[in-house]
Formats: sequence, C-alpha cells, structure tokens
Amino acid sequence: MEMALPGDPAQEGGGVSARPIYRFNGGVHPPEHKLESSGTPVVPGPLPAQLVLPLRQSIGNAAKPLVAVGERVLKGQSIAAADGSVSAALHAPTSGTVTAIEDRLVAHPSGLAETCIVIDSDGRDEWEARTRFDWRAAHDAGDGRAIRDYLRDMGVVGLGGAVFPSHLKLAGRDALDTLIINGAECEPYITCDDRLMRERAADLVAGIRIVRQLLNAREVLIGIEDNKPEAAAALRAAIDGADIEVAVVPTLYPSGGAKQLIKLLTNIEVPSGVRSTDLGVQCFNVATVYTIYRALEHAEPVISRIVTLTGNVARPGNVEALIGTPLSDLMAFAGEQTGTREHIYGGPMMGFALPGLTAGLTKAGNCIIATTPAAFPDKGREMPCIRCGECASACPAELQPMDLYWFSRSREFGRAQERNLFDCIECGACAYVCPSSIQLVDYYRFAKSEIWAAEASKKAADKARERHEFKQFREEREKREKAERLAARQAAAAKPATTADAAAAADDAEAKAAKIKAAMARAAERKAAGETGDTQATDAMDAEKRAKIAAAMEKAAARKAHLESLQGGEAPVAEAMDKAKAEKIRAAMEAAAQRKAARDAAKADTPAQAGEADAASTAMDDAKAAKIRAAMEAAAQRKAHRESLQAAVPVAEAAPAASALDPEKAERIRAAMQKRDEEKARLAAMSPEERAALDAERQARIDAAKARAAAKKESEQ
Amino acid sequence: MSFWLALGLMIALALLLGAILGVAAIRFKVDEDPLVDKIDAILPQTQCGQCGFPGCKPYATAIANEEAEINQCPPGGDDGVRKLAELLGKEYKPLNAENGAEKPRALAVIDENICIGCTLCIQACPVDAIVGAAKQLHTVIASECTGCELCITPCPVDCINMVDVGEEAATWKWRYPVIRLKKVAA
Ligand code: SF4
Ligand code: SF4
Ligand code: SF4
Ligand code: SF4
Repeated sequence: MEMALPGDPAQEGGGVSARPIYRFNGGVHPPEHKLESSGTPVVPGPLPAQLVLPLRQSIGNAAKPLVAVGERVLKGQSIAAADGSVSAALHAPTSGTVTAIEDRLVAHPSGLAETCIVIDSDGRDEWEARTRFDWRAAHDAGDGRAIRDYLRDMGVVGLGGAVFPSHLKLAGRDALDTLIINGAECEPYITCDDRLMRERAADLVAGIRIVRQLLNAREVLIGIEDNKPEAAAALRAAIDGADIEVAVVPTLYPSGGAKQLIKLLTNIEVPSGVRSTDLGVQCFNVATVYTIYRALEHAEPVISRIVTLTGNVARPGNVEALIGTPLSDLMAFAGEQTGTREHIYGGPMMGFALPGLTAGLTKAGNCIIATTPAAFPDKGREMPCIRCGECASACPAELQPMDLYWFSRSREFGRAQERNLFDCIECGACAYVCPSSIQLVDYYRFAKSEIWAAEASKKAADKARERHEFKQFREEREKREKAERLAARQAAAAKPATTADAAAAADDAEAKAAKIKAAMARAAERKAAGETGDTQATDAMDAEKRAKIAAAMEKAAARKAHLESLQGGEAPVAEAMDKAKAEKIRAAMEAAAQRKAARDAAKADTPAQAGEADAASTAMDDAKAAKIRAAMEAAAQRKAHRESLQAAVPVAEAAPAASALDPEKAERIRAAMQKRDEEKARLAAMSPEERAALDAERQARIDAAKARAAAKKESEQ
Repeated sequence: MSFWLALGLMIALALLLGAILGVAAIRFKVDEDPLVDKIDAILPQTQCGQCGFPGCKPYATAIANEEAEINQCPPGGDDGVRKLAELLGKEYKPLNAENGAEKPRALAVIDENICIGCTLCIQACPVDAIVGAAKQLHTVIASECTGCELCITPCPVDCINMVDVGEEAATWKWRYPVIRLKKVAA
C-alpha cells in the first residue's frame, strides 16, 4: 500500500502536466480488464422492438408519466415529468406507441418490479420538432433558474452511476474555485468514458466550457487516470487553450470517487457531512457534461448513453444504446456466449448482479459484464475477521471497515453510524483485500438500508402522532363548542323567563335578540382563539390536507384509469367514464372548497352568519323553546312566591330564631355579655401598674386556691 | 472567628444555590412526564388500540406507571418490545398473543365503486387519513394511513380492504448477508 504522507505531492501527473497530484488514503489495484472493450469505437446500439423505461431514473422522486397507453410518441418527446426538484424528466428514446405503463422488472439488486413506460417502436425513429433553448441569453440575463429547469426537463442526471439530477449541482450561488471533470473511470472493465473522451473530445470540451460558464468557475481540471493516455491526448488536442487543464492521476481504484478525485487534484479533504461545493469544488462526470452540451446546444434530451458490454461476449465494446433497451437485446448485440453465470450491472467492484435481462437500460447503466466462473472465481469461504487491518489501510474513506463490519453484523447500527458508516462509498476496496474473504460491503449496505428504514418509520410515526393529536384536539374543540352553543342557547332562553314576572311575557323578538348576542359573543371568542394560532393551525393543516387530497384523488383516478386501460379495447368508454368520475371528484372538491369559503366568510363577518344560524335554529326549536319557556315561567313563579314570603319578615330579623329561646335565658346571656364588655373596657383603661397589681392579685388568688386544694386533699387522706 | 465565618459562608452559599435551584425548577419545568414521551417515541403510533388502550400515548402512560406489560403492542413487534425492555431495564418477553400478532404493514383501500359516502370511516380514523364528504366517494391518503384497521368495522357496506404495502425498489432493504452453503461433490 502506498503510504505517502497526506498532502505530499507524490508524483507529477503523467509527464506533461506540471500540476502536483496528491494522494488519498488506501486504494487498490484490481486487474483492469479494460483493453477488451476499449479498442473499438462506440457503435450505435440496436433499435429494439420494445423499450422498457423505468420512471425512476434518478435519485429522488420517480418521474410522473405524461402519456397514456395507446398514445403515439415521437423520439425526444417528454413522456414523464420531473416530480419535485430532486427528480428529472424522461423522454421517448425513439418514435412509437406507448403500449403499457405497468410494473416491470427493473435493473435493481432487489429484483422487484417498478413502474415503467413501455414503448413499442415503429422503426421510423422520428424526431420531435426541436427548438434550441437560448441558454446564453438566459445566462446573460442572470436567469440561472431557467437553465436549470431546462436541464431538469431534458432529463440530465449524473451518468457516472449515481444519477444525481445535474440541475441541482448547477445551483451555485457564488463563483466556484475549481470545477473538476471526472474522467478517471477507475473501475475495472468499464471503458465508456474513455471512448467518449477519445471520440467526442471537441463536443466534450464545448460542454466543459458551458458548465464552467454556468458555474462561473475559476479553474477547470479534467482528472484522467494514467491508463487512458489516448483520452488525455485527445482532450489536450481539443482544448486548444489554457483555460482547461488535463490532470493525469495514477491508476488506483477508486480515484474516480468524487471525494478521492478532489483530494487527488486539489488536496482538499471533504469532511463528513460537508458538500464539496461549500469548499469551492464541484465535480462532474464527463458523460454528464457531454449530455449537458447535447441538451443546451442541440436540444437533445437524454435518450441514450454509452454502455460498455464486456465479459463473456464475442464483441466486447461500447455501444451507444437507447435508454430502455432491454438488456437482453444489448447482450445479444454484443454476441453473448454460452457459459455466462450472471450479469453484473456496473463495474465488478460496485455493481450488482442483475435479477434478469428483461429490464431496460437505465441512465445509470454504464456497463454490463457477463461473468463466467473462470473470470470471476468464487471468493473463498467467509472466515472470521482476524483484525489484520488490511481493510483499514485500503479504505479510501479512511474508515475502520472491520469495526463497521462488526457493528453491522451485530446490528448495532447506532455504533456503526458513530463510526461514520455513511461516509462509506461502498467502493469494495476493503472486501477486495480482506484475507478472510468477508463480503464487507454487503454488511454495510444491509446496515445502511436498515438505518434508512428505521428513520423512515420513525418519521412516519411522528407524523401519525401529530395527526392523531390534532384529531384529538379537534374533537375536543368541537365538543367544547357544542357545549358552549348549548349553554348559550339555554342562557338566551332563560333570560326572558327570569324577567318574565316583570315584563309579563317577553316576545319572541327579544328572545331572539338575546340569542343573537350570545352567538355573537361566542363567535368573537372563537375568532379570538383563532387569532392565537388555533384556526391558523387548522388552516395550515387544511392547505396541506387539500394538497394531499388532490394527490390521493389523482392517484385513485390514475389507478382506475390504469385498471381500465388493462381491460383494453374499450379505452374511449373507460376514458369517458373516468372523466365523469374525475368531474364528480372535482365537483366534490369544489363543493368542499365552497363550503370552506363559506365557513371562512362566516368567520370574517360573524354577526350576520351567527344571526342567521340562530334564526334557523330558533325556527327549528320553536316547540321546544315554548315548552322550556313554560317550565321556566313556572319556576319563576315559584321563586317569586318564595321571595314574597321572605320580603314580609325583614324587620324581625333574628326574631323567629330568638323566640324559640327562653326569654329568661336570653336576659342572662345578655347580662353576661354586658359584663364581659365592661371588664374589657376597664382593662383597657387601666394603667400598667394597675394591671400588674391586678395580675398579682389574681396570682395570689390562684395560689390561695391551690393551697386550699392541697389542704383539702391532705385532710381527705 | 474563622469558624463562624466559614459557617456563615456555607449557609449563604447553600441559600443562594437553593434559591437558584428553586427558580430553575419553576422556570424550566417539564410539563410532560419524560418517561412517557420516551416510551411513546418507541411505540409505532399506529393508534390501533390492540394493546388494550385507546392509543399509543395512553399505553405509554400505563407502561410508565407500571400498569401494563411491555409486550402488548403488535404493530411495534418484537423489535419494539426489545427497545422498550432496553429503555426500561426490563426483561424481554415475547409479544402477548392475546393482543394479536405482528403483521406486515398494510394500507386501507376504499373500493370507490361501493363506497356510499357515509363518513363513518372518517370518524373512526385516528389520524384523519380518509377524505371525502357526505355522500361523496371517500378515499384513503396512502401516505397518512397507519394501517390500524379501525375503519374496517364501521363501514356499513364493507368496502374497505387492507392491502399489504409490500416492497418497492425505493424502500427495499438489503438482506442480512448470508453465506450460501455449497454442495460438496459426494
Ligand atoms: S481485512 Fe478482513 S480480516 Fe482483516 S481486519 Fe479487515 S475485515 Fe478483518
Ligand atoms: S467499501 Fe466503504 S469501508 Fe470498504 S473500503 Fe470502500 S469506503 Fe472503506
Ligand atoms: S397496539 Fe401499539 S400501535 Fe396500537 S395503539 Fe397500542 S401502542 Fe399504539
Ligand atoms: S385509513 Fe383506516 S387503517 Fe388507515 S389509519 Fe385510517 S382508520 Fe386506520
């Protein structure tokens, strides 16, 4: 293993460039196997009879289909739109008819089916009318957003394998220090970027200049491994200027990793959790830059890519294949030979075994390798880790793979995360060097997906909790409001009744007025509550809910449409029916919106509404109200009677009670009370000496009494 | 003299610190029982009531008060019991079969051709995941449905079905690596 000090210019890149090349930690030298496929030019791929285009072609959201089954599409026509910002559009790679939008096997390690648009090509390969987007004008006008949106709608994603939507990487705020164009292509077997650089250097350089302009980059470096001298030479010839520098880096897997290439060329280490843009560096793959050029200068969406077909095939090489070409067609095109065990999608280090060849080519597919047991021998049996540390010295992310392995294996995900599991780029260097043949990366992938799943379910649970609490809150509020309404109604009914005696019979108008007042008070209260955030929360929830409702309904409609399209034949009828239903849904939604508007309006101008509402309720409850009034009148009469009785006696206030007592006794009590009062007054009037004398006298009396008692006791004994 | 000084100082200090603690206790009062919240954070929030309590929070409260066992939540599954056992320092026990069995996550789907728009399911749903107005067809917001099945029984026309969520490529999880056994030529 190379053990140069970090930051030490280790080697001059490839002879010509004077640029110092730094080193990253670790790295391995797997057998390259590039010569098999790098010798022949890129050939156009077959025009398949049917194309299978998965809607998920990038990181983030899958695209949303824009076409219906049975629709004829032209080459380059947008068939699915980006869904949100982290997404990219999808286009018809050739002209033909959409025959299905259904779940098909996709090139994914899970072997699961995902929604795909299936197009039967008509063989005419007829382009849609295209108009060039004047990106230069947009750029001069400072409208970077328009350019980014255009690229998103052209379906431009990172073709290096990660398929990150490119428009997101162009959203720079300030000038960039260094723009790095990644032509390292470090994985064995893959040569698609190599051929692209050799054959289309001029277009590529034009693309690089565009990206540089968009990002306002000060310095542009093209990183190429030294095993591709022809590519480096071709680019140098095409550059013809000093604005772009070709930097040749030593061949060492994984120098094509973004962080590794950045370290190699600029000596900047991108720490965990930091984006390289924040450090003034941005990395683009050569194939991505090429598609940006095709999109901006030729209005060509991403409908094809160069893919390396190699391994157990008669004609290994690179093919410019349409996205969606069934992989079996590609393998047949390359002349697959018998004895293939499995097919690897991507390189041998980071790729995965395909679950089947019916899947369509995706934008991520840079290579398909047909493996044979001879070329890909079984990695011996997995043995226990001996903690030799080989993996740690090979890890380009400077991790401790054996620890990550240990914690992933024992499902201690938290501790694996603490040790920066998510910095692992799954390059496979550790597994490559492990003497115990441990499939380390499988453990990391397992741990990562478990952690993601746990996070997702936690998020879902939090949302459910919130919604549940909101529902409880809402129910409580409704209950409270109902109770208030009831109380107010009773109060309103009771008011005229209590004054019934005074104003013999309060007429209906008065009762109504009272009710209205109560309702107004109530409404005002509610409004006040609303101002403290109550209804605001509801409104926010409402907005969110409405969006969700719309989405759910759309989905329901789509589901139905899909179902009906499956039934086939009667498509127009189904469509009509569907339309009717959609109309109904829309009507329902409109009605709901109107209701809501009415409610809002009511909130805004409460008195009228409240009055109306109560008028209605009075009308309804007239009979009941009458009964209540009668009962109240009766009660009031009873009360009045009691009051009149009480009013007759106020003069002889305590008399009835006193009369019950014996007059003689009363006299005595009064006397005692008088005496006590006199005593008190005397004491208050006394001087301190007198009081002391009195106390002494009392004490003497007490003493005397005590003596007396003692004597008595003695005499008794 | 110095003894009294020291004593006085200590007393003054004690009073001061006591006052600070007292103020802090009032100022930074934690209204909720933190243990209940911690337990509630582990529960899956399906709000299905299979644990015998009207929702996850009441169950969490009961666990915190030692009124309920930790193995009564089927949606939380074995994993949930383990997490609760770890949090509370209790012994792990298998899920109580009386409360039900762990099932794969499912989603309620309303058959839009049968739904009569009675709103009964809306009232039953603990997380407001069903939308629709009286006499209009109802639908389930898939992203909000917790799969609690509470809407199944109230439906008078039995138009709600639970369908397994299943796996999608986007949410698919890598399996625990297993080493394939090789056949040995006999
Ligand atoms: S290389 Fe393999 S055996 Fe050595 S420490 Fe790493 S995991 Fe263990
Ligand atoms: S797979 Fe991950 S842990 Fe292994 S060497 Fe690569 S980055 Fe390091
Ligand atoms: S069984 Fe589990 S998910 Fe259902 S209410 Fe009880 S704690 Fe919540
Ligand atoms: S829709 Fe049904 S299953 Fe889903 S959360 Fe609501 S009540 Fe539970």
